[in-house]
Amino acid sequence: MSGILFPATWSPYAAGAGIGVLVCLSFLLCNRPLGASSAYVKARGLLEKAIDPHVEEKKEYYREIPPRVDGVLMLLPGIIIGAFIAAILSGQFHLSWVPGLWSAAFGDNAIVRFIAAFVGGIILAFGARWAGGCTSGHGISGTSQLSLASIVSAACFFIGGIIVAFVIFHVAGV
Amino acid sequence: MLQGCDAAMPLLTRLHRNGKVQIAIGLGIGIAFGFLLQKGGVTDFNVIVGQLLLENFIVIKVMLSAVIVAMIGVHLLVHFGYAELKVSPGSLGSNMIGGLIFGAGFALLGLCPGTIAGAAGTGALDALFGGITGMLVGAGLFADFYPKIKTRFLSLAPLPADTLYGLLHLDRWVVIGIAEVVMIGILLLLAYLGW
Repeated sequence: MSGILFPATWSPYAAGAGIGVLVCLSFLLCNRPLGASSAYVKARGLLEKAIDPHVEEKKEYYREIPPRVDGVLMLLPGIIIGAFIAAILSGQFHLSWVPGLWSAAFGDNAIVRFIAAFVGGIILAFGARWAGGCTSGHGISGTSQLSLASIVSAACFFIGGIIVAFVIFHVAGV
Repeated sequence: MLQGCDAAMPLLTRLHRNGKVQIAIGLGIGIAFGFLLQKGGVTDFNVIVGQLLLENFIVIKVMLSAVIVAMIGVHLLVHFGYAELKVSPGSLGSNMIGGLIFGAGFALLGLCPGTIAGAAGTGALDALFGGITGMLVGAGLFADFYPKIKTRFLSLAPLPADTLYGLLHLDRWVVIGIAEVVMIGILLLLAYLGW
């Protein structure tokens, strides 16, 4: 058992197949697809609710995705904990501000990278909620159900991602 | 439906409605998901941006392997009455525009909503303080603009069917069979090309 836990990474096929099993478990045990992006809406809604308890009456979106501590929200701390355990066990936990490919293109200024990640996060959440899901909800759970909305979304995630990545790293980057 | 469901469905329905158990299951699935994302290598900015720059194909390998297993698994669960499909109608106004916006964020952040949380767990402080905070701001902005976006964009150019087999007017299992062969073929081709 310990032999499986310590390598830095597994074969992508094995890790992917395991994620496929989790999608099945989510349908069986929770009656829903496995998707990460709604957890951010719930977390954000809870923050707003702490300031204004009537936010659900005022904002239609929080009536559709209610700000509650539930199984959907718990995915978020779960993913952080699970990746932390995996990284610690295999000696892959490193505190860092600037990823390698980023610093190769834009230098190792942590503030510049922080701003890019912050703006990227805003755009990513906005796009995920606009499309109704993200790489896990549409890309894996939705395409597994052969949902046309999910297949179109997943294709556009990568079309948009590839175009913008080439512009950022090959045109703008040095 | 078929036999199994008669005994299992009331039990499963009770499980689905038990809020406290659902919190525990959600956390458990999240932990397993985060663990597997790190083991698949996709909590690493360099791996995701490398995929978008077509320099490695790890993200595609992880995703296709997941879909190959989940497509069979979920449809078997549904066939035997242990689960129901959750398919919503789509539109170009929602899925194409939203998907392309998502792609821009995907490239700039170098991670997606699940993998940012995973990257934060592996010590990536730009993901933890920049990416996750940005996600919370973006989700709030979307909630503010939702009524306008909903009426102007989300039902623009609806898709002609909800599912691929509905679009093709073919039996569900025939399409599943073809999709599985195509996905396994892509993985074999990537391995053959040494990507």
